Amino acid sequence: MDHALDTTMILNGAPVSRRIPARQHLIDFLRDEMGLTGSHLGCEHGVCGTCTVRVDGQIVRGCLTLAVQANGKRVDTIEGMSDSGELAVLQQAFHARNALQCGFCTPGMLMAAQDLIGQKRKLSREEIRAHLSGNYCRCTGYQSIVDAIEEVLQTDVPHGQG
Amino acid sequence: MKAPSFAYAKPGTLPQVFDLLERHGDGAKILAGGQSLLASLNLRLSSPELLIDITGLPGLNGIRIADGKVRIGALTTHRQIEQSSEIAEHLPLLAQAVRHVAHVAIRNVGTIGGSFALADPAAEYPACAVALDATVVLAGSKGERRVKARDFFRSLYETALVPGEIVTAVEFDAIRPNFRSVFLELARRQGDYAIVGLAAHAKADGSRFSDVRLAFLGAGATPVLAGNAMASLEGKPCSADVVAAAKEALAEDLDPPKDLTTSSAAKLHLARVLTGRALAALSQ
Repeated sequence: MDHALDTTMILNGAPVSRRIPARQHLIDFLRDEMGLTGSHLGCEHGVCGTCTVRVDGQIVRGCLTLAVQANGKRVDTIEGMSDSGELAVLQQAFHARNALQCGFCTPGMLMAAQDLIGQKRKLSREEIRAHLSGNYCRCTGYQSIVDAIEEVLQTDVPHGQG
Repeated sequence: MKAPSFAYAKPGTLPQVFDLLERHGDGAKILAGGQSLLASLNLRLSSPELLIDITGLPGLNGIRIADGKVRIGALTTHRQIEQSSEIAEHLPLLAQAVRHVAHVAIRNVGTIGGSFALADPAAEYPACAVALDATVVLAGSKGERRVKARDFFRSLYETALVPGEIVTAVEFDAIRPNFRSVFLELARRQGDYAIVGLAAHAKADGSRFSDVRLAFLGAGATPVLAGNAMASLEGKPCSADVVAAAKEALAEDLDPPKDLTTSSAAKLHLARVLTGRALAALSQ
């Protein structure tokens, strides 16, 4: 039985092949093997959301995903989505609203928030909070985070919708 | 913490899965969405030799409606269930329940088969399955067998699965005309484990209670069908006295285990509160 597997993923748009230990989760792979330290590790058992990354277009818990499970899949991290400009509007709104304090939760918050932005519909603050319920900010800066996301969603919704 | 060392295999067919299970016995664990399993490995609550990733198996994913039945493949994710218009129409109890299952990033990956196989007493689907008298479809090297949900959940994290078997699907009766479903849950935060929850289903004619099913989660080692409360309601008018009697009867049905924050008595009280709300909604 294999304790390490040859794994190929499309990481932030570029193919990456490595032999990866089966026990290594995606965040340790990204941080330790690929030097992508923007995805953070908090609780490491799926509660805090600071490890949120995108696999095949869907947000997931990086700490509850084995790196070998990403074989054949697209993985997007905060680094790739920042460089591509996909997150630029949200990042600007977080900056303008001071929607971060220590910044530890911010990459995960942005990943979770971007998932909402793509939906192109108007959401109430309660719906935004429900969507972010899996992401903890231990500085408790939720108010500004919801403000920033709400602002982007308002400008994001095309006229006549929502 | 980090998971202990284990081997990983991703077979492409069910017979390969059964072969691996036979060869590795208790040392092998099935990996579907992994949203509970990988957390338990990171916490070192379990140390399997081998994870068998079944997400590459064909035919276990998807929702199918036929002949008044809703068949949900084991690899169907919570998110698929949440976003399915077929589930909203034919299985409104599950459509309401899935919103309480963890958070989006977990619902994107976690599966219905995993929820049944784990049999967490605070999980949402098992209570829905008991309320709706669903059937769990199991498969092993000797073939397929079907077990009623009420017989499938045996005890705390214990199911009717025998070594070498996996869950392949869950089958529900589609909701019939004039029936109504209500799912309610109390949790400290959105997406947290339930303190207590209720999956309720009944024929709704607005005047009398009929065919009432009340299944509680977080109120015992398995989903608990409140037989005494259900019997007290049958055929009775939708009145305050009848609802009060059903709430009273819950003392015979439930002996909820206390948890870190909620005593057994408080859970019973909260179960009665949910019962009142559910019966009000069902009798409208």
